[in-house]
Amino acid sequence: MTNTARFIPDRLESPLERRLKSWETLLLAVAVGIFIVNSFTSPYFLNAWNLSDMTFNFTEKAMIAFAMALLIIAGEIDLSVASIIALASTAMGAAVQVGVGTPGLVLIGLGVGLICGAFNGFLVTKMGLPSIVVTIGTMSLFRGISYIVLGDQAYRGYPSDFSFFGQGYVFWVISFEFVLFAIIALLYFVILHKTNFGRAVYAIGNNAIGAEFSGIRVARVKFILFLLTGLMSGIAAICLTSRLASTRPSIAFGWELEIVTMVVLGGVSILGGSGSIPGVVIAAFVMGLVTFGLGLLNVPGIVMSIVIGLLLIGVIALPRLWEKWRA
Amino acid sequence: MSITRRLFGGTAIAAAMLAGSAVHAQDDMRIALVVKALGIGFFEAAAEGAEEAAAELGNVEIIYTGPTDTTAEGQIEVINSLIAQGVDAIAISANDPDAVSPALQRAMQRGITVISWDSGVNEEGRMMHLNPSSTPLIGNTIIKLAADHMPDGGQVAILSASATATNQNAWIAAAEEVLPNYEGIELVATVYGDDLSDKSYREAQGLMASYPDLKAIIAPTTVGILASCQAVSDAGKIGEINVTGLGLPSEMAGCVESGATESFAIWNPIDLGYSATMIAHALAAGTATAEPGAEIPTGRMGSVTLDDTNAAAMSDPFTYDASNIDQFKDIF
Repeated sequence: MTNTARFIPDRLESPLERRLKSWETLLLAVAVGIFIVNSFTSPYFLNAWNLSDMTFNFTEKAMIAFAMALLIIAGEIDLSVASIIALASTAMGAAVQVGVGTPGLVLIGLGVGLICGAFNGFLVTKMGLPSIVVTIGTMSLFRGISYIVLGDQAYRGYPSDFSFFGQGYVFWVISFEFVLFAIIALLYFVILHKTNFGRAVYAIGNNAIGAEFSGIRVARVKFILFLLTGLMSGIAAICLTSRLASTRPSIAFGWELEIVTMVVLGGVSILGGSGSIPGVVIAAFVMGLVTFGLGLLNVPGIVMSIVIGLLLIGVIALPRLWEKWRA
Repeated sequence: MSITRRLFGGTAIAAAMLAGSAVHAQDDMRIALVVKALGIGFFEAAAEGAEEAAAELGNVEIIYTGPTDTTAEGQIEVINSLIAQGVDAIAISANDPDAVSPALQRAMQRGITVISWDSGVNEEGRMMHLNPSSTPLIGNTIIKLAADHMPDGGQVAILSASATATNQNAWIAAAEEVLPNYEGIELVATVYGDDLSDKSYREAQGLMASYPDLKAIIAPTTVGILASCQAVSDAGKIGEINVTGLGLPSEMAGCVESGATESFAIWNPIDLGYSATMIAHALAAGTATAEPGAEIPTGRMGSVTLDDTNAAAMSDPFTYDASNIDQFKDIF
């Protein structure tokens, strides 16, 4: 006679077990794996300066990805981020032509980012329009303004101390951008995981109506999230413009999809309601390591896109398949 | 099999497949040819020229690379990875003369020879720039193309882009300067088609109506030459009027075949990649220095001389006719 009694656990998985099976652990393992593979395939990979150079491939995008993660967790999206970079950069470039100094440029970059974010937030929360439609519209609008202002011209002549943001080093190989990335990551970790505001973001993403009835001011939270995304785009615009030392309307073209990819790879549900900042941080490193590692092998960019695509599908599909097999 | 090993497997296989290409002899000089974007015929042809130069020089490895789309950010990532690999030289056709400059300056600080070709980088960001040709050379070539097929002399007219087009105006001025060197050639008119197909077509028709004895139309613009060829064909004047100037082989193949165009010119991407590689090699090996007035040998192309801004012109534009159009029409 076979024993048909089912095993019923008297408690949930231990905290350690849960952590080991978490998305972040999985991603971290992937990141470490890629790091090891890179070290073996290219003799140039393990070099402090080279690893430092690598971080520039993702720091600016990751800054925006943190704000985007919160927005996606809350069930909204902002596809205009790359265009906000273009507009903020164009505004800074125009200001340089009339002799504005570095502090003024930073304020203009942040200000344009905030205004664009507020515009998106207004259309979504006050007019009740779907964010994907609004931001596809403003994606064309913001970059369109840059094209009208600049055409095929470029702004250059940024003050020499402005170059610190994108080209400066704080200590040895630790770049200013990387330090900024770390600070912003920490801030977003605290906001999302340690504050009431963060709990509200999750609540809205899981059930916006329920959140509303629980006394959460849904529209206001969403508006703030759009403001934050705009602000982060402004910060990224300052770093990228400083790194390029020039502005063209095509600046940061196509970044919005890379940023969304980073967020989704980081374990944020595209349907909203779940995700974490550590996941996005590791995803940023994974994408940076993959593109840089393949770059060292002089793999053409199109193959890199294929690898990133496969990685995204693989990392998302495999845990689900595993669950299925285990069941 | 654990979940992590499954994931490892995927990336490891991808990486292992690519690992083979990383192996190279350490003492080879590595020259990176960085282009605006991969998959463009013009640049594939330039890479062919670079390989030819590498074979001629020996012990040179060409790294042909570039971003997927023509962005400055993409090129900077490529440059960063080349700096990391410690290549000996970078020869770049830049997507943006200013944006890639800081990254290239960093490359030079780390001892890498940096030159630009085709599309230049600002002066701080490169040691020298190789132009495919120069204004006087182009001006001379467009007249010579017409004169070569006019042994008895006769009337020619120029169909340009817009009246304010800087490049075309400079070329036409240079052409007028050398005109006295070509006996019997008379320039009767210069008209402007604004680089619009239909307007260029009408201007070409106008030229044929105004000057019945016209022997050649010279169009130093890819739009104008194609429209003129069409107008001459439609008027049934193939053989009477020769259309020449600057055009793209892919677009001009039909005109050369029909006989409306005896020959035309444009820079040759193979020669350009070849010369850029030769110069990068000479500078990286220390057999030449990039300074105003310096003469740098470029193998079968002869040599180039640097001007005050450390820029140089490669050669006359390359002439395409029935004998070589088939070879180039698929390239660009």
